[in-house]
Amino acid sequence: MERVELAGSLRRNQALKSQVEAESGVVLSDCYQCGKCSAGCPVAAWMDYTPRQVIRLLQLGLVEEALKSHTPWLCACCQACYTRCPREVNLPRLMEVVRQEARRRGLINEKKVDIFERAFLGTVERYGRAHEMGLIVQYNLQSGQPFKDAMLAPPLLLKGKISPFPMKIKDVAGIKDIFTRVRARGGDRS
Amino acid sequence: MKYAYYPGCSLEATAKEYNQSAKLVARHLGVELWEIPDWSCCGATAAHNNNHLLSLALPARNLAIAEAEGLDVAVPCAACFNRLRAAETAVRESESMRATISEIIGRDYRATNKTRALLDVMVNEVGLEKIKEQVVKPLAGLKLAAYYGCLLVRPPKLTAFDDPEDPMAMDRLIDALGGEAVSWSYKTECCGGSLATARGDIGVRMIYQVLRHARDAGAEGVVTACPLCFLNLDMREAQAAAAHGDQFQLPIFYFTELMGLALGYAPKDLGLTTHFVNPLPLLEAKEILRHPATRRETA
Ligand code: SF4
Ligand code: SF4
Repeated sequence: MERVELAGSLRRNQALKSQVEAESGVVLSDCYQCGKCSAGCPVAAWMDYTPRQVIRLLQLGLVEEALKSHTPWLCACCQACYTRCPREVNLPRLMEVVRQEARRRGLINEKKVDIFERAFLGTVERYGRAHEMGLIVQYNLQSGQPFKDAMLAPPLLLKGKISPFPMKIKDVAGIKDIFTRVRARGGDRS
Repeated sequence: MKYAYYPGCSLEATAKEYNQSAKLVARHLGVELWEIPDWSCCGATAAHNNNHLLSLALPARNLAIAEAEGLDVAVPCAACFNRLRAAETAVRESESMRATISEIIGRDYRATNKTRALLDVMVNEVGLEKIKEQVVKPLAGLKLAAYYGCLLVRPPKLTAFDDPEDPMAMDRLIDALGGEAVSWSYKTECCGGSLATARGDIGVRMIYQVLRHARDAGAEGVVTACPLCFLNLDMREAQAAAAHGDQFQLPIFYFTELMGLALGYAPKDLGLTTHFVNPLPLLEAKEILRHPATRRETA
């Protein structure tokens, strides 16, 4: 991270900072930087900024730095940090919001995570339920690794645990409506 | 005792043995499960990572169908349970959210019904005493690690179920079934969830940690209440061990499968024959599959 002039960056990013707070319901100044969240985070070892550091960046108005981080994409949403935080900071929710803002700006730092989740939601919109087999195939093709987990597919098929055919619910139209109405509310801006 | 039953997508596919065993033991114990007609996906982690409103509306559709029937909802999948509770809580706590969600799903939903984890229903509604009375094949001599993972007990404000750091519901159930729950420190560690697919390097390490700690605590098997945890641990056990130059033969169970065994059902009826790590050799070695009447006397 290069040298920054904090007062200026805080002033410049005030609107974005407030937007993140409003969307997540997290009051950034609640966090007093004790680090308990990061100590218990099972994914911290692979993150570029620990969860505590992500909040610190936001507190300082270094919002762009937070948006460029891989951390929100790697968060497993395990809720350990939120459960243990002495200030009840809802970090997983904050991670979601940072990640959604990053996507709006085309900053998708973990392409595979994103492709997987998009493919998942795609099957839900189309069939009303997740279709695991279709999901794996689509995910592998889009992420450019057609044979990933290939040795796991035949036993799954054999044990009847995945089906090549999706299970479509009757009220698919109802599900489509839910997606459409959410989009109409500006919910999915990506 | 009647509940609306929300199986969730995994229970129709990779976790079909969970579905099978859950329905069987529920019927045995007099719990009527009314499967929510035409239920749809809860959106899982993908929905709430991408869109907050969508992540509440998708589960709410199912809750609304159950509410119209006047039923509380029993959910076997820990991940679905968490999402359904999130929707229920959001609607209960805010009148404007209630209006928004009702409009999006095109039905009235007031969150007058409650979502319960199936484990909670079994342990706290059916009750351990009643389960104990029904045990015909105790899991004698079987040392098990009760693995809760994250979404069943966290965040506690939302799940309102068991202690988030040291949950005991499944441990007490194991004891009631005649088995032995080991004490271990990874019972609520995350299995990596869907990271195992997208970032295998991370997921496999997390899976390995859970399995290794279970084994080192003396467990001969791991018990789960979540199809994601189960799939990660069972399907990727060999891969996770190999990646760390280790080796295990640690069968993974759904708590409902163990209930079914203790209640006297055959492994095949419970789906125990479809696991990646075959649990039958362990069960045979412990003579759990043998009926007590035909069990060899040991001096
Ligand atoms: S645990 Fe809470 S207060 Fe402590 S650093 Fe993390 S977010 Fe801040
Ligand atoms: S929810 Fe995310 S940031 Fe918090 S402990 Fe879990 S993985 Fe880490």
